[in-house]
Amino acid sequence: MAFNAPSFLIQVAALVLALAAVHKPLGLYLARVFDGTASSRPERLFYRLAGVDAGSEQAWPTYLRSVLVFSAVSILAVFALQRAQGLFPGSPALPGVDPWVAMNTAISFVTNTNWQTYAPESTIGIAVQMLLLAVQNFLSAAVGIVVAVALIRGIARTRTDRLGNFWVDLARTSFRILLPLATLAALVMVLGGVVQNFAPTDVTNSATGVSQVVPGGPVASQEAIKVLGTNGGGYFNANSAHPFENPNALVSLFQVFLILLIPSALPYAFGRMVGDQKQGHTIAGVMATLWLASTALTGWAVATAQGTATAAAGGIGEGFESRFGPASSAIFAASTTLTSTGAVNVAHDSLPPLAGGVAMVNMMLGEVAPGGTGSGLYGLLILSIISVFIGGLMVGRTPEYLGKKIGPTQMKLAALYILVTPLLVLTLAGITVLLPDAMANAPATGPHQFSEVLYAFTSGANNNGSAFGGITTSGPYLSTMLGAAMLLGRFLPIVLVLALAGSLARQARIPASTGTVPTHGPLFGTLLLGVTVILTALSYFPALALGPLAEGLLK
Amino acid sequence: MNALTGYLRQSGTAIRFLFLATVVLGLAYPAAVFGVGQLVAPYQANGSILRDGAGAPAASALIAQVKDDDGTQDPAWFHARPSAVGWDPASSSASNLGPNDAKLTDAVNANRAAVAEAEGVQPSDVPADAVTASGSGLDPGISPEYARLQVPRVAAAHQLGTEAVQALVDKNTSSGLAAFLGQPTVNVTALNLDVAAAGPPRS
Repeated sequence: MAFNAPSFLIQVAALVLALAAVHKPLGLYLARVFDGTASSRPERLFYRLAGVDAGSEQAWPTYLRSVLVFSAVSILAVFALQRAQGLFPGSPALPGVDPWVAMNTAISFVTNTNWQTYAPESTIGIAVQMLLLAVQNFLSAAVGIVVAVALIRGIARTRTDRLGNFWVDLARTSFRILLPLATLAALVMVLGGVVQNFAPTDVTNSATGVSQVVPGGPVASQEAIKVLGTNGGGYFNANSAHPFENPNALVSLFQVFLILLIPSALPYAFGRMVGDQKQGHTIAGVMATLWLASTALTGWAVATAQGTATAAAGGIGEGFESRFGPASSAIFAASTTLTSTGAVNVAHDSLPPLAGGVAMVNMMLGEVAPGGTGSGLYGLLILSIISVFIGGLMVGRTPEYLGKKIGPTQMKLAALYILVTPLLVLTLAGITVLLPDAMANAPATGPHQFSEVLYAFTSGANNNGSAFGGITTSGPYLSTMLGAAMLLGRFLPIVLVLALAGSLARQARIPASTGTVPTHGPLFGTLLLGVTVILTALSYFPALALGPLAEGLLK
Repeated sequence: MNALTGYLRQSGTAIRFLFLATVVLGLAYPAAVFGVGQLVAPYQANGSILRDGAGAPAASALIAQVKDDDGTQDPAWFHARPSAVGWDPASSSASNLGPNDAKLTDAVNANRAAVAEAEGVQPSDVPADAVTASGSGLDPGISPEYARLQVPRVAAAHQLGTEAVQALVDKNTSSGLAAFLGQPTVNVTALNLDVAAAGPPRS
């Protein structure tokens, strides 16, 4: 399969233009939803039935407690009902899910990771897909967004301990933002060929005598929120490489657009909510620069078609779908790992080594370009605070961000945020490679085996969910370790972000002076870009050198 | 004690919230998409099912349908790409073998030799898509080059002219925007149905 450079460039340009066109209206709409106070009649009914006092706002510890309690309840419910799958109707009828798999899957979907340690076709039936997994696709995406909103409020508000009401934010994000967009996207996908029914179809070819059971299911409705909420858990095992999830290259490009849609509109909403649109433009500019650089690098690495097996095949092909080919799949692979999505339209394990390496680096950046729904924005805001601190040190000024003093407390929280994920990835991957029994789950040899393990923990701790699929993670050890990586990689940063939001909200605003380092414009954007690359990706350089770099450069 | 009652009250809210959200997002939403989908695009929503001359469902246009004997595809028909799951629509997977994996090199070399022999061509003439397993294992598409290699074999098996069979290949080759964004492919599932309609295989 030849790399079609004009097609690649046109698709990249089309995505940039489409997102540039919609990020402003969507960003304005998001800001209006988050800043609004009025509830519609159905929402008031919803709040009454749920027992939510929509008029009251929460201080950060209460807001955090709501996030944690809601997520814990969700994990328990998803776990228990998967175990009870045998009681649900549906075709094919499937038994209760294995406890390790159910535990891993519950954590995976509630943390917006959507790592899939199971093959859905033989494990997860229609009822569990619809009632548990698709619902968490909405809610986990919404949780990411509301945490980002709480941080924005922390920056925008002064002399208060109130950050908003978690339940109201969650309901508004789910019903006013995600649900209408997902409905629209799902209908477009059905028109494009994505399946939406509730039963398999028996087919028989009378000429060849071949009979097949063509699978069915509410695929389009799940697919839409899978990409829109940067979730990534496929209805089928092959995910967006499966013809029923992703029937042609046009639908595939639409899926990439949906993956990038909300994360790239959130900076505009941020600018609006803090009353300084230039701040949002700078954040969006950094996201776009990183996305373009990484997508170009992925395209180049795929076009090299490195690898002895790839050479034997006469080029790219293994793990690729013929209707997509190298250009479409390179764009998908870059965007799915630069966000917390993890859907795949090509088997990442079979990508040329450096392309697999770029996918890992994308996640190691902390998925900030444009990142997961909400998590991308709060990740980049934390990095902005660190950049302000570094910039302040360089010129000898007291660091401040949008009129808020960045003191020791704020810096400790930001620094801890940056340390959590690398610590999780490197520790857990390090322990795992020392255990021969665990490594037996990755039958590859040499640097590629290490890459599979490193990819798994990078994907888990960053809540991405894509995989080098050669590793089997359904056993007790890996499902527990990856479960821990997903859980801690999601909620430790959220604790730190909300604590930071609380500490910022309490402050009065310091008026900008000649000593203030401006946090907009190309100069700050470049600093932020540099800090992002140096602080995050370089933490992993030794690990990358042992995996994809060794495989890609030593041939 | 205060913290504990706080957690308990929050848990109650969380359970009720989750239940109500499930009714909206887990039931009403997929049902609405199903309803509109069945009205507006029933063919796509139900799996793009192709029917035979008698009107019975014969295959899905999106899923590879292969007549094989233990992995060896029937020489009377156009062949799909190799599959890590034996073209079984009840599963889907790639091989997940790395680009330097010796097992993958061996599999690719074996596939190349088998295709060259089946089509009576030089091994170097076999395109990459013919020797590599697809991402889903259910890819119904092959490259126009691979289809061209197969035309003489299928034409002979059905006692059809090669021009007539090549015309069927061209008819089932994707074109337009989707083919430009991805790559042009020949839909083997639909093609084999057209071949069957043109003439039964010589026994």
